Amino acid sequence: MIQLAWLIPVLPLLGFAIIGLGGKKLSKGQISLVGCGSVLLAFLLSLGIFFQLHGQSEVVKVASWFATGRLSVDFSFLIDPLSVLFMLIITGVGFLIHLYSTGYMHDDDGYHRFFSYMNLFVFFMLLLVMGSNYILMFVGWEGVGLCSYLLIGFWFKNTEYNNAAKKAFIVNRIGDLGFLLGMILIYVTFKSLDFSVVFKGVHDNAYNQSIYNTIGILLFIGACGKSAQIPLYTWLPDAMAGPTPVSALIHAATMVTSGIYMITRSSVIFINAPVASEVVALIGVLTAVFAATIGLFQNDIKKVLAYSTVSQLGYMFLGLGVGAFTGGVFHVMTHAFFKALLFLCAGSVIHAMSGEQDIRRMGGLKKALPITHLTFLIGTLAISGLPPFSGFFSKDEILGHVYEHEGSGKLYWVLGVIGSMLTAFYMFRLYFLTFHGKFRGTHEQEHHLHESPKSMTVPLMILAGLAAVAGFLGIPNAHQHLLYNFLEPGYGYAKTWIEGPSHFGGEELKLMLIAIASAGAAIYLAFMIYRKNNVLPKEKEEDMPKIQRVIFHKYYVDEFYDAVIRKPLDWLSEMFYKFFELKFIDGIVNGIGSGVKWMGSMARYVQTGSIGFYLFAMSLAVMLIFMIKFF
Amino acid sequence: MSTMLLDAGHSAIQVIPISWYVTFSAVLFGMGVLGVLYRRNAIIILMCIEMMLNAVNLLLVAFSAQHSDPRAQVFVFFVMAVAAAEVAVGLAILMIIYRNTKTTDIDALNKLKG
Amino acid sequence: MTTALIGPPLVAYLVGLPLVFALLMLFAKGEGVKRVAFIASLVELGLALFAYYTLHKNSLSPQLSMDVPWITSLGVDFNVAIDGISMVLVLLTTILVPIIILSSFRNNYENPSTFYALIMFMQMALIGVFVARDGFLFYIFWELALIPIYFICLMWGGENRGKITFKFFVYTLTGSLFMLAALIYLYLNTSIGDTNIHTFDLKALYLAGQKLLPTEQTWVFWGLFLGFAIKMPIFPFHTWQPDTYVTAPTQGTMLLSGIMLKMGTYGIIRWLLPMTPAAWASWGTTALLLCVISIIYASCMALVQKDFKRLIAYSSIAHVGLIAAGVFAFSPDKNNVEGITGAVVQMFSHGINVVGLFFIADILLSRTGTRELDKLGGIRNVSPQFTTLFMIIMLGSVALPLTNGFVGEFLLINGVYQFSATMALFAGLTIILGAVYMLRSFQAIMLGNTKTITASFGELSGNEKTVLLVVCAAVIILGVYPAPLISIIQNDVHQLVSGIMPMHS
Repeated sequence: MIQLAWLIPVLPLLGFAIIGLGGKKLSKGQISLVGCGSVLLAFLLSLGIFFQLHGQSEVVKVASWFATGRLSVDFSFLIDPLSVLFMLIITGVGFLIHLYSTGYMHDDDGYHRFFSYMNLFVFFMLLLVMGSNYILMFVGWEGVGLCSYLLIGFWFKNTEYNNAAKKAFIVNRIGDLGFLLGMILIYVTFKSLDFSVVFKGVHDNAYNQSIYNTIGILLFIGACGKSAQIPLYTWLPDAMAGPTPVSALIHAATMVTSGIYMITRSSVIFINAPVASEVVALIGVLTAVFAATIGLFQNDIKKVLAYSTVSQLGYMFLGLGVGAFTGGVFHVMTHAFFKALLFLCAGSVIHAMSGEQDIRRMGGLKKALPITHLTFLIGTLAISGLPPFSGFFSKDEILGHVYEHEGSGKLYWVLGVIGSMLTAFYMFRLYFLTFHGKFRGTHEQEHHLHESPKSMTVPLMILAGLAAVAGFLGIPNAHQHLLYNFLEPGYGYAKTWIEGPSHFGGEELKLMLIAIASAGAAIYLAFMIYRKNNVLPKEKEEDMPKIQRVIFHKYYVDEFYDAVIRKPLDWLSEMFYKFFELKFIDGIVNGIGSGVKWMGSMARYVQTGSIGFYLFAMSLAVMLIFMIKFF
Repeated sequence: MSTMLLDAGHSAIQVIPISWYVTFSAVLFGMGVLGVLYRRNAIIILMCIEMMLNAVNLLLVAFSAQHSDPRAQVFVFFVMAVAAAEVAVGLAILMIIYRNTKTTDIDALNKLKG
Repeated sequence: MTTALIGPPLVAYLVGLPLVFALLMLFAKGEGVKRVAFIASLVELGLALFAYYTLHKNSLSPQLSMDVPWITSLGVDFNVAIDGISMVLVLLTTILVPIIILSSFRNNYENPSTFYALIMFMQMALIGVFVARDGFLFYIFWELALIPIYFICLMWGGENRGKITFKFFVYTLTGSLFMLAALIYLYLNTSIGDTNIHTFDLKALYLAGQKLLPTEQTWVFWGLFLGFAIKMPIFPFHTWQPDTYVTAPTQGTMLLSGIMLKMGTYGIIRWLLPMTPAAWASWGTTALLLCVISIIYASCMALVQKDFKRLIAYSSIAHVGLIAAGVFAFSPDKNNVEGITGAVVQMFSHGINVVGLFFIADILLSRTGTRELDKLGGIRNVSPQFTTLFMIIMLGSVALPLTNGFVGEFLLINGVYQFSATMALFAGLTIILGAVYMLRSFQAIMLGNTKTITASFGELSGNEKTVLLVVCAAVIILGVYPAPLISIIQNDVHQLVSGIMPMHS
């Protein structure tokens, strides 16, 4: 079974090829069948492998890609607990979202295009997590970036969407440069890019920390781009321009977590790179809080979720930074469930509201969309970190380790709790404004309100179930922490350093209660403001207090980047083109040319055209030659 | 055959010293040069060139006799042949120039002025 | 080799056949000329493929060689041979020429027989440059290549072609002159002992160059560098290039950018790198710096271009800058041959991609009458096939993994990194800036709402589709399976640098 692992990415690739080449010749039914079927098959295969895997890691080599004497790169897949877990998340959640899309995208002209891109995405994402060397990971890494670009700009007539797509690709490329350089440094250090060789190399030379710090930071720059961390997070909120299933699959559940996968995969390096790990933790916690504050005042249902994604990713990095790799991956998993769920619910709401995304135009949708409402509530509870929903366990796992982290662990913990309070507050703000109170949209919209079709609600229910119970995979006690027990053998050389599951009892319990209480308080506050007093977000900017206005404009970070990077680059290039290129360099070149021409024009006066003069000059010259020769 | 020729040369050189030939050739050549430089008529210029060539020919023959070396006379034949060809081409060019410009004055021919 | 049994070796046919075709083409008349030229170029391609299969991958010496005395009094031989590096470039030439000819099927040029004869003649000269093993012969082919392209640009070019073509001609000729001077200087140092016998043989020139004093080597280095740098071109010798590319007819631009500029990069690898090790050690960094400046500078220039063809012209400078940077980053101490391998691979990939992009620019111009980014837009609505093909070529150009651009670019940046991490950081900016200008122009041309001039764009015609499909197939196949290229050059790259000893050993 494990030897068939290569089929898992190939299936969606085939799906992409069939749908892509078939195009409009295929019926919608056929497209749905191929699109969903390929991912489902991949999921079943992954499941089969999951049951056959008993902690070992196996490399399945498919073919050799290129070899330059010293560097040889194979198309080969690494099957170990970590990659199998990600494969299950990608294909499982991926399948549900594909299924959902058959309903959501049903009336779209680009139905075939959508499914071909989605399948291509699943292919690249699987390549990313299954590759047994950094280059293959990078292939998947850039490939998912491409699919993200294609899907954000899916409705390509809209310039704003196109700009968002372009921004996503370019910001990701900034990160990719970091990844690329990190990868090259790994190659230079270990003369190989295979995980097995590199990790053994790190293990054998653990003292070489300065290089590992550099590698770690370079890789983390890549992770910042893909997983939307400060300072490269700005693309993710804009990426909500894509169809909602895309936001759920790519920009919440899978692609954005590839940074976490990469660092967990490289855990051996990061464990030996204390500075890099500290940077990861710091950026993570800052992003978690920073993005959460922006989420407080957004009015677009998808933007709120986008900022919450950025914030949750921050938590995962915080976990990785303090060595809680299992916690980070655990949060990836639960986050994949509840955030995909929330996005799909949002999609269901948008579907019902005929495309409206502004929560100020919603309200009271509880009655019209009962299933969506209930599942959304489960998702909200999960992300807010209330037991027994999944988000509580994974977040607690991270925060528990953060608290124990030497140095600034306590500070991080406080920030983390503040962040989770903010999360609970804005998520319930979103929930109340959307589903409670009076309907605030137009009459037409109210008339049109309806629950979504089965193809959309079934995935919601499944995901809601997972979001509710997945936390029990990681009950904070060493023997019952199923996830840790599953992942532990896969850590390889890092095993001895990796933090075990957090304990349950004593101080831990106190921390946990504080976290729950603070989240509860935030929810109560949101309830008082948005449910009890029916406060609505301000319509006009002028009515907002100054601080709120700054946050509403996302701290003007986009404007800042625009003014500091994009505009100067364009302006400088323009100036260089106009003056340096055309006037100076080309001026010198043309100047040399005209110099020669000028000399020629001086010399032409010798050519009088009079034969007499020529003859005279000739005789004179002959005489001169004789005189020089003989006297 | 060759000895006869040489003997004849010997007898002639005894009558007229070599310096006379040199002087005569120089005068002839100088007249040619001056003619080329001062005259404006292309035909006369051509004739002057011929005169210069013949001055050289004369000198070659004189020295050939002086040194009893017939090789110089080969050059003379060569020069004569080339001169004939040159005149043929030159006159042809002149004919065309005359047809186009109705003149053989070289001052009129300054199309190459830079 | 068994080929000796059937007359002159294969390599002689490779060089000679296009010349024969060119002469025959002059007598052809009418519309059929295009097809004849196309078939002739396919024959040449078949020959090159045959040569590829006869090439022994693990041989350490140049193969398919032919060495006939030519001007014995000067020590000039007609010495040609094909090793892996030459093979890659010969393949590039023979693959691109049919594509280029096919891309011209939609145009109706005046004097088609002359046009195609010139292309064939050009092919002969280009192949000659890539296989020559004699300095004199190399120079002859080098200059021969300039003649047909000069006439192609001059006779079928666009606006203001006289002035621009003249500048191009004189500029590159000036560079070649420096190169010739350097070659002659080397030639004069080839005599062994007191004998006055000189030779232009490549190996002898290597030996002569390596024995020169460092100051002499410096002069030779910069002389050769000027010749190659102007051809590629590298900042600040590039100003002839955008104008020429824009003015030349599309097929001329393809020849120039697809193949001819590789003469420069090839020259660096074959004629400059092993020739002057001492100068390489002391001046290679300066050259590398110029290349890195080239990359960033040309990318920035590409950012602000309004004309798509000019944009590609600048992007070409950036790409070729990276190729040269990978070579100049070579240092015998570090033995970072990745850069050289990457350069050879990327020469091939860049040739394919840039030809595709220039063809796209040509299609845009012929359908809409403009290449201005601001005036175009929304073509994706009316021509989805064109969009897909354009997208694939664009992805190759921005070096996305699994397209042909990636492996080369990875190896190049890798090679540069081993020399200097800072340089690699700056050289690596190309992956960001490249994405910026390519995505910007793709968006401006293809996405958004359809405008009046793009509404009637229509689907591609058969020939256009064939050309773009071939290019796209090459982009993907070489991205997924670059082994056929990499496997044949490895030994030769190692062989090439093995003659250069590390400086302090």
